[in-house]
Amino acid sequence: MTATGLVCPLGAVGATDRAEVGGKGASLGELHRVGLPVPPGFVITVRAFERAMRAADPGDTIGARIATLSGADPAAIERATAAIRGQITTTPVAAELAAAVTAAYLALGADAPVAVRSSAVGEDAAEASFAGLQDTYLWVRGAGAVLDRMRRCWASLYNTEAVSYRLGQHLPAPAAMAIVVQRMVDPRSAGVMFTCSPTTGDRSVIAIEGSWGLGSVLVSGEVTPDSFVVSKVTGEIVRRSVAAKARLHRQAPDGLGTTAEDVAADLRERPCLDDDEVRSLARLGTQVERHYGTPQDIEWAVTGDAIVLLQSRAETVWSSRPTAPVATPKARPMDHVFEQLGRPSVLKKGS
Amino acid sequence: MGDDGFSFPLPSQIEDVPGAEGWRSMYQYFTRFQPEDDNRFWFHNAMHFPEPVPAFDSITSEIPYTAIGANTARLFVFPTTLGIEHRIVNGRVYITAIPVTDPAEIEQRLATFQQRAGYYYGNWDSLYEGWKARMAALISEIEGIKVPELPDIEDADVVFNSVGIAQNHYVRENFQRCIDLFSKAWHHHTEMLMLGYGAYVVFFEFCKQAFPEMPDQMVARMCAGIDVIMYRPDDELKRLAQLAVDYHVDDLLTDGADASAVLTAMAERGEGGERWLAALAEARVPWFHVSTGDGFYHHHRSWNEDLTVPFTALPRYVRLVRDGESLDRPTEELKLERERIAAEYRALLTSAEEQAAFDQMLGLARLVFPFVEDHKFYCEHWFTTQFFAKIREFGDLLVRQGVLAETEDIFQLHHTEIDQALTDVMLAWSAGSKPLGARHFAPIIAERKRMLEVLKGWSPPPAVGPVPEALNDPAVRMLWGVTAETLATWAAAENDHGQEIRGYAASPGVVEGVARVLHSVNEIGQVQDGEILVCAVTAPSWAPVFGKIKAAVSDIGGAMSHAAIVAREYGMPAVVGTGHATKRIKTGQTVRVDGDRGIVRILD
Repeated sequence: MTATGLVCPLGAVGATDRAEVGGKGASLGELHRVGLPVPPGFVITVRAFERAMRAADPGDTIGARIATLSGADPAAIERATAAIRGQITTTPVAAELAAAVTAAYLALGADAPVAVRSSAVGEDAAEASFAGLQDTYLWVRGAGAVLDRMRRCWASLYNTEAVSYRLGQHLPAPAAMAIVVQRMVDPRSAGVMFTCSPTTGDRSVIAIEGSWGLGSVLVSGEVTPDSFVVSKVTGEIVRRSVAAKARLHRQAPDGLGTTAEDVAADLRERPCLDDDEVRSLARLGTQVERHYGTPQDIEWAVTGDAIVLLQSRAETVWSSRPTAPVATPKARPMDHVFEQLGRPSVLKKGS
Repeated sequence: MGDDGFSFPLPSQIEDVPGAEGWRSMYQYFTRFQPEDDNRFWFHNAMHFPEPVPAFDSITSEIPYTAIGANTARLFVFPTTLGIEHRIVNGRVYITAIPVTDPAEIEQRLATFQQRAGYYYGNWDSLYEGWKARMAALISEIEGIKVPELPDIEDADVVFNSVGIAQNHYVRENFQRCIDLFSKAWHHHTEMLMLGYGAYVVFFEFCKQAFPEMPDQMVARMCAGIDVIMYRPDDELKRLAQLAVDYHVDDLLTDGADASAVLTAMAERGEGGERWLAALAEARVPWFHVSTGDGFYHHHRSWNEDLTVPFTALPRYVRLVRDGESLDRPTEELKLERERIAAEYRALLTSAEEQAAFDQMLGLARLVFPFVEDHKFYCEHWFTTQFFAKIREFGDLLVRQGVLAETEDIFQLHHTEIDQALTDVMLAWSAGSKPLGARHFAPIIAERKRMLEVLKGWSPPPAVGPVPEALNDPAVRMLWGVTAETLATWAAAENDHGQEIRGYAASPGVVEGVARVLHSVNEIGQVQDGEILVCAVTAPSWAPVFGKIKAAVSDIGGAMSHAAIVAREYGMPAVVGTGHATKRIKTGQTVRVDGDRGIVRILD
């Protein structure tokens, strides 16, 4: 692995590099490494972050300042974190890092639109809980803009919500943060996919949720997504629910950043994926799960003709839940019948 | 009710259908709803009785229900369920299963059940072989029953062999033997079936708990037999189509051709035609003893009695043979697929312990499944079509004796009334007078025929009475598909006149097409290529129709109902147990059948 540098191509990192490239970077690198479709990009490593933090916080006082805060005083948190964020975003980027990022960016194409995404380092469960608390910037163009968003991502470790959340949960600050920069995809539809049922934990199915445009519309809770349940065993779509999707997120008209708008009336109640796409996604999900050996929570996007994966992390809710066996073997197969037919099955009411 | 969020009308709230107020005269007193029946939950057994029941045909509820409960409640002593009670109102049959709810009683019954059911599960295959032999004996016995000729002068043998009993005696004895054999056949029918359902329900419940998202039909797919008798009549047709091409007589098998005209033409076609007719004759016994219905109505004739259904299917199969398509079911592929599905679910279980339990339950379900899938051919089809044929012969006798105007009129009389009519004939033959039955029965028969027509227009509510605390009967759940979800669906449908109809996702896939709503099996010939079949319930002999349609929708049925099994076999979407599809959908409407989700949507 080569992630000890300041910047590292996605294709050169893997699952063992979490400490240097964060959870998101490691997972995307790993997906790329095993041949799954991931948009090309690079990681700005933890080493770059650490150097930058030494420059922004030479006295190493941030940790101590956070420690004095109380979750009961939001105004104090807001004041203190704003100051910390200002420190991080205004400290000039070191020339060596700026050069490395600029070179890596240009390798994606001159003036290529990219996504700049936080990739925190921490435990699986912790990362999942922090998901959405750290910044992601879409439709960023130009090396200068990338460097600016990079610093804002670093600073987002100290977002008011993130700090309040950690104080409330008595969690330590994530040790460090890497940044993933990927070539932007312009999705027709996007969403998430769980390789077990999020509602029942059933591992025989893949649950897909999606909506028109960028997946951020799901995270923001602005739409009820379409949902599909696909059997891993037969590949059949066993359940399908098409929702009225009134809003979508997409590239802003000036090509920079994103905008929210209404979905055209005739598209709202149309499924955002056709059956072939649903089945293809489910196959990719099965591949990812098989690779990691545990259920995964995956972000995906569908462009005109391709499916890309934007993130995969371990599913934490059902995987960590202890499960009692549904049944254990008995002396004779027929003893199962005696057990079950020997107890009244109560008709559940109020369904 | 109240907090259930749904409710059904009470039995006492059902009003007589105007113009058919005399329906009670057709059925026995013990089939009528009583005031106290308002306190219990009943559902319309539209699976077996989708049409108003003629007087004689009420025997197909009376006798099965004397046998089912006898087996569950008294013979095997199922712990949590007694038998099934039935009521008839406006010509439709409602049933309820009586649960055992007292824990002490359940415990006590369980001990007996374990010994008795254990004997059957422990010796299943050999008992099933014995069962087939006993059923074959009953079939040959009913086929051998003679309907007395009642000659003017008794046969000389009766005198010279000193028999000492005249023919008129056998009029009633032999009629009664038919009824008794029908009863015995039904005792055998339920003898192994409830245990079969029991074993299947256990595996079903396990799958549903381990894999809550697993579609019902997947459970059936893991157990389904490959060489199932049910497919055999249709397989025979395919073989006959192939032979017709091989013998160069396939030009005679054309759409709309009359079966008897085809037979005549074949006989005139020399060796090819003769060989084909010989093959047909061989296939007819026993495979054409399959009923065009499912054996619950006298007008469900066998293919042997009415060649229309098989000869309607033949031209299509001939075309496929000519086009070089293989008509063989891919049995090896089906077997591999069944094993693959089971192995993959097994691999998803989290522990070796669970996998071992899964193996035990799947093994037991597969042990009982051949009986569950095949018993109908022996009982509802072969035996029952022969039973009705024999009753028809008694109808012929009553016509000859001047009691009935036509043979089929016998089915307008209850079996106890036929007993009266035959006694009348016995007396008249003995006395040398004329039977008095025509004067008595002619107006009754005319009135009943009229009422049945009126009753056809009635839409029975899918369920009546308060929603129950428990549904313990394995058959109610597996065969009729009656669960908490079904009840909610039925109740919602009663109050909903929208475009969406919900049922069980019985076979996957989504298609749109033109609906063909069949209210009776006799309308089967109306189905056009590419239509979507909408019916109350289907039977195995409908298989040829499944070759024409692109989806199936039924009012009643669960994952194990025929429509579900056959649709999966044909790889077409099916939604079963909708409760109301035949009422809500009209022939010619465009509908979308979503067999993945169990939803039928009317698109226009």
